[in-house]
Amino acid sequence: MNNYSIVTKDLTKRFGSFTATDAITFEVGQGEIFGFLGANGAGKTTAMRMLCGLLKPSSGEAKVAGYDIYTQTEQIKKRIGYMSQKFSLYEDLTVKENIRFYGGIYGLSNQQIKEKTHALLDRLQLEKEARQLVSSLPLGWKQKLSFSIALLHDPSIVFLDEPTGGVDPITRRQFWDLIYESADKGVTIFVTTHYMDEAEYCNRISIMVDGKIKALDTPAGLKKQFNAESMNDVFLQLARAKS
Amino acid sequence: MRTIFFILQKEFLQIFRNRSMLPIIFAMPVVQLLVLAFAANYEIKNLSIDVVDHDGGTWSRQLRDKLTASGYFSLYHQSANTAQAMEDLETGGADLILTIPRHFERDLVRENEVRVQLLVNAINGSKAGLAAGYASSIINDFNRRIRLDWLALDEDDAPAHFDVSYRYWYNPDMNYKYFMVPGILVVLVTMIGAFLSGMNIVKEKEMGTIEQLNVTPIRKIHFITGKLLPFWIIALFELAFGLTVGKLVFHLPVVGNIGWVFLFASVYLLVMLGLGLLISTFTDTQQQSMFITWFFLIIFVLMSGLFTPIESMPPWAQKITLFNPVAYFVKVIRMVMLKGSGWADIRYYLGVMLVFAVVLNGIAVWNYRKTV
Repeated sequence: MNNYSIVTKDLTKRFGSFTATDAITFEVGQGEIFGFLGANGAGKTTAMRMLCGLLKPSSGEAKVAGYDIYTQTEQIKKRIGYMSQKFSLYEDLTVKENIRFYGGIYGLSNQQIKEKTHALLDRLQLEKEARQLVSSLPLGWKQKLSFSIALLHDPSIVFLDEPTGGVDPITRRQFWDLIYESADKGVTIFVTTHYMDEAEYCNRISIMVDGKIKALDTPAGLKKQFNAESMNDVFLQLARAKS
Repeated sequence: MRTIFFILQKEFLQIFRNRSMLPIIFAMPVVQLLVLAFAANYEIKNLSIDVVDHDGGTWSRQLRDKLTASGYFSLYHQSANTAQAMEDLETGGADLILTIPRHFERDLVRENEVRVQLLVNAINGSKAGLAAGYASSIINDFNRRIRLDWLALDEDDAPAHFDVSYRYWYNPDMNYKYFMVPGILVVLVTMIGAFLSGMNIVKEKEMGTIEQLNVTPIRKIHFITGKLLPFWIIALFELAFGLTVGKLVFHLPVVGNIGWVFLFASVYLLVMLGLGLLISTFTDTQQQSMFITWFFLIIFVLMSGLFTPIESMPPWAQKITLFNPVAYFVKVIRMVMLKGSGWADIRYYLGVMLVFAVVLNGIAVWNYRKTV
């Protein structure tokens, strides 16, 4: 158990008569890059929001970083980073001010904030833009900044909800370099995406259809299992089987 | 505590970086005070009057002169033509018509009795009442003079009658602005408190940043404090700024200790911020929040006694004003500034405000859900 960052068992969320997430069970290991795939409306975001403590599950169990998602959401929140599909830094603050704000509310000391700011700007090569409003940055840079800020307080798990939507292929590649870098340091990455090439970058992938996990394996394993050429074929086979 | 400090820092950066904020903070009070204080003026002067004089004698001329010399009336038309005067009344050129009958002078002398007619445009009831009141008191006075003249008596030998003498306390010059400006300051503080705070919180929802905050270990109470405190500070600053403008432009008297006004305002603002917060928990966009806040504020302001006295409202409406925080503040600020009321006079109202603040904020915090 201790090697797992995330453990869920029959995790379910119902909205009225609609079951958004239907008894999903999986484990994610420490330092693993776990791809969470599924068509729009398959229940990915609902599942992720439950794991982040934004939504109370209807039934089932789950532990994130060893803490229970029903009763220990405050401890969970200290140990996770989150980057939503909607860009959520403050556009009317500068790069530096955003870093300082998020560092501050995660309880970093002024010294830590200073060091982290410096390291972050250096890694993203944003020193020149440090005093610019975030609204003036190109989307790709914003996303990289968002990701780095989500890692500011050294969380053990990062949840990324379609982090590369609308970003050009080169920036996406750079973004995944950042993801690998973090995973190498032992951070668990839980990522949803619609890009099948990105799915190939993950250690393991789960594919959700209608609130259920229909497949869960390494990319190579899945291709073998579904006798497919690429992840795209795997995804289409599963998504089509539905209709 | 440190978390609140970081939120405050962020809020102030955002507020002062917002291009429309500085004009709101500095221009709004000046414009409101200057425009409203002059416009919301119930003193009636320069009513235009048509005199239809069918008599044309000395006395009728004297009566006319006496009316126009009073400063309340200015002569619009003088004619012997009733139709012309009626037309003036209809087009709005004249506010009232005084008709002096034929043989006014003769009947007065011979029959000891004569009737003049006043026609008043009463679309605006209170204005009409005042106009009729002014005119009749002038005519009565004129009447008394005539009798003295006619009987050729000295003033001392005049038939017994009594005069009422007035002294207007607390606002001896009956300066309407002294009455209005404190009330307008209340509206100003209210706008900042209720509107801006609510919109500021809803903005985080609209932008999606609230979701990011919700996954951080920020606590409800820290977030709310950090969000509301800036507007509490800004609104108190606005009050000070507005008072200064009032002092400089209108020479607003401050009879009581201004500290009571600030003390009351600081509690009153908690009520308004609580209202803003409560509305923000029900709404998802700044537009919704604005409309709902507007709905409450328009009722609060119109029923606050700012423009029309609460005492002249129907009993059921007066009961409603008991739940209107704006009414309390309007009352208290006037009491302290014009009458010099102190702790003993305002503590009851302050207590009511405290109860409002606790109840509203309680509901708002309870309703504010961190998990969306």
